[in-house]
Amino acid sequence: MKKIIVIGNGMVGYKFCEKLVAKAVKGSYHMTVFGEESRPAYDRVHLTSYINGTSAAELTLASEAWYESHGIDLHLGDPARKIDRTAKTVVTEKGLELTYDILVMATGSAAMVPPIHGVEKTGVFVYRTIDDLDKIVGYAAGVKKAAVLGGGLLGLEAAKAMVDIGIEKTYVIEFAPKLMPRQLDDTGGAVLRSKLSALGLRVHTRKHTYQVLGKDRITGIQFVDESELSVDMLVISTGINARDELARDAGLPTGTRGGIVVDDTMRTEDPAIYAIGECAAHGGMIYGLVAPGYDMAEVAVTHIIMHHLDGEKKQRLFTGFDMSTKLKLIGVDVASFGDPFLTADKAQHVIYEDKVNGIYKRLNISLDGKYLLGGVMVGEASQYNNLLQYYKNNMLLPNALESLVFSEQKGDKPAGMGLEGLPDGALICSCEGVTKADICQAVNDGHESVDEIKKCTKAGTGCGGCVPMLKDLAAITLKAQGKAIHMEICEHFTYTRQQLYDLIKLEHLRAYDEVLEKHGKGDGCEVCKPVVSSLIASISNEMILRQNNDTAQDSNDRFLANIQKGGSYSVVPRIPGGEITPDKLLTIGTVAKKYNLYTKITGGQRIDMFGAHLSDLPLIWKELIDAGFESGHAYGKSLRTVKSCVGSTWCRFGLHDSVSFAIKIENRYKGLRTPHKIKSAVSGCIRECAEAQSKDFGIIATEKGWNLYVCGNGGSKPQHALLLAQDLDSDTCIRYIDRFLMYYIKTADPLTRTATWLNKLEGGIDYLRKVVVEDCLGKGLEWEAEMQAILEHYECEWKAAIEDPVIRKRFSHFVNAPEERDPTIEFVAMRDQKRVAEWQ
Amino acid sequence: MNNTEMTPSSTPWFFACQVGDVPRNGGVCVKRGTEQIALFHFARTDSWYATENLCPHRRQMALSRGMTGSAGEMQEPKVACPFHKKSFSLLSGKCLSGEHYQIKVYPVKVEAGNVYIGKDPIRQDIDASGEYLECAS
Repeated sequence: MKKIIVIGNGMVGYKFCEKLVAKAVKGSYHMTVFGEESRPAYDRVHLTSYINGTSAAELTLASEAWYESHGIDLHLGDPARKIDRTAKTVVTEKGLELTYDILVMATGSAAMVPPIHGVEKTGVFVYRTIDDLDKIVGYAAGVKKAAVLGGGLLGLEAAKAMVDIGIEKTYVIEFAPKLMPRQLDDTGGAVLRSKLSALGLRVHTRKHTYQVLGKDRITGIQFVDESELSVDMLVISTGINARDELARDAGLPTGTRGGIVVDDTMRTEDPAIYAIGECAAHGGMIYGLVAPGYDMAEVAVTHIIMHHLDGEKKQRLFTGFDMSTKLKLIGVDVASFGDPFLTADKAQHVIYEDKVNGIYKRLNISLDGKYLLGGVMVGEASQYNNLLQYYKNNMLLPNALESLVFSEQKGDKPAGMGLEGLPDGALICSCEGVTKADICQAVNDGHESVDEIKKCTKAGTGCGGCVPMLKDLAAITLKAQGKAIHMEICEHFTYTRQQLYDLIKLEHLRAYDEVLEKHGKGDGCEVCKPVVSSLIASISNEMILRQNNDTAQDSNDRFLANIQKGGSYSVVPRIPGGEITPDKLLTIGTVAKKYNLYTKITGGQRIDMFGAHLSDLPLIWKELIDAGFESGHAYGKSLRTVKSCVGSTWCRFGLHDSVSFAIKIENRYKGLRTPHKIKSAVSGCIRECAEAQSKDFGIIATEKGWNLYVCGNGGSKPQHALLLAQDLDSDTCIRYIDRFLMYYIKTADPLTRTATWLNKLEGGIDYLRKVVVEDCLGKGLEWEAEMQAILEHYECEWKAAIEDPVIRKRFSHFVNAPEERDPTIEFVAMRDQKRVAEWQ
Repeated sequence: MNNTEMTPSSTPWFFACQVGDVPRNGGVCVKRGTEQIALFHFARTDSWYATENLCPHRRQMALSRGMTGSAGEMQEPKVACPFHKKSFSLLSGKCLSGEHYQIKVYPVKVEAGNVYIGKDPIRQDIDASGEYLECAS
């Protein structure tokens, strides 16, 4: 058994252990790890989250028990002090002396402290470890003003920590003329600066710090230009120095700018000693990011294992690493990739700058316009993943470059590259070095969810930036296998909703039991019953409680009312367009008073009556129907309301009579059963008082007619409706709505609102417009005729229910005491009305 | 499984309603003094089940208005509460939605078009094999 000693237990040191454990034959190596800090390796990338309450334990990459379970001897708080290369031994601070066959240096880096007078004074800190953070937090009580030295990646992270700790004034001091000088061009730096200033950070660039003021304790800092800044605390975060002192003492060569010199296999001059991570200098470069460190760990592990095997496998080499990066600094997205600085003689530029919203993007494109060479994004970086793939894989750019600059619209496919277009070797997760092929393979092996993919490939477990791509890759791979993602509606039917729609229509099935008998199994359930019942209703529009189909309705449909807390029901008559006569208002008042109902105006411009006993429902509805009311279908997955503004009949701005059109629309589609509830509105002018753009279909008057918007909704995930067609006459507008609704009814998944349906529709609103307006499927006339046939079957469900003694009989609480109400329903008084007693 | 153990022959019955009073594949609520019993009829297998009407989740008298159905390979009969769709086995009274609720289940018998429900619930202790107790029907 070979003895491996790992010096250093940071992120990269840990990664080495993890990879060796995973790849080596069990029992072939014994590992001993020495760590300087008192805790096992933790996530330094998310160190700042420690300030916001993430515990040290949560940041820990693996517990001490993990090391133990893999037979690794972990010595914490005991740094190595001496390496004897001849005897092959390591001596630690506590006096341990161990021999090694292979030594891995993963000593990392230390904060670089520039030569400033007085940095030893109390109140001056570096920002590197959890211990540093504990010290900063401990000192910060009572500190009003703090300065961070360094306006690069690490410095801005530290500044964020100062803000999070709650320090009133935080200054960022940068020597260079701009923030993040290694990643951003001048404009990018300036935009970032103005964004951070707007968030309360005080940024000073071109400031060369000379000394720390104060006797023993810091009171301020003085710059070379003799200006001074009074602060109570200083955090230094200007960069890193490789921890190469141990190696240097042992006679190993180090780089001109520090770092232990290694070759492409991460080996130092001594064949028994490797160096990985921030302590290593490869090609004169020290890599201060975690992803290249992980890659080095991988290279070292494969080399160690293969070196001691005789196989002629292809050697994995470290050949440098892309330093592209995307991060969120104090809520501001910043990304930089490739070469961000290329000048006009070496590249053409696509530049987008929005000073109002603080967004800046610059793409450097090859002189022939074909390839992406680098870029910068500040303020908005949702396209980063896409762009990085173009850059890294040297892929041909699309003609429409604007698609690379602007974030894609919801529902639209990105106009540029799809993930399908990526080569198999494209690196999807750069933290863990996972390629597209690795991920697709995992999906093909049956790891179909993002969680499973993460577990099996480790992709997405670092910075997490690639997780959306994992999801999309899984979907693409499954689709390629011919697997739909939501195939069956439940265990009783191996069909999609769309397939069942066709079966029910073709075979003229009219009851749930018929459908179950012919195409399903078992007794059904609360998932498939409402879906099938809704399909039957959508197709035939027969009164839903007939045909022995009442118990297959969703609970609220079964009693034509919404069940409320406690077991009473609500009563909602239709008030088309929100227009109601004084006489009808009086009826509602009289009925509500008689049956002791709570009344409320709804968001959809009608009146709800709450607290009706089941057995009172037919009596209440009898009175309402006698006064000219109809069911409002508030209980159904069907058209709810068509809201309207007052329109041109009264309003001085109104262009058309929105109330009349809303009433016409509401009366046209009332009773239509759909995959989910649908809402509509008509506004008489662009002031949009009816809020039509938040509806499943909304109509707004223009000078020339109506604009039709579709697929909006409020609810838990609000989404604005999108313009489908402009300046329509009333008849065309209705024809388009017919087609739109039929297409939705026929193709949506169960309980999918129009907005979600559109989001999943390939081609998005453009494709929907082709189907509805341009009639690219040639189904327009057929759908209009189908809609007409459905609508001609309309009857008020409540009128039918109270006239049918069989149906009416169901509206009692006790089968053996129909005249008695449920005695457990309790009401209490509230604001001159009643409310239901609270859940027990 | 020993049937007499679960449904002692001494079970006194009470008359609930007539067969035609209960909707196909649905439930009704039966009043017995101050108690409320949910009674269900599964038309496909002509099976009858009875449980307490109270859904233990939010203590609502609602199970009789729930949608009936079946679950799993064995097509175990169940009902879903109309409030939050918690499902309960009509055989064991156990909650099938992953929570530890338990409702009482009662024996049911049909004679000459009349439906009778047992006055005492079926014992809910489940034998060591974990099989469900069968309901008299």
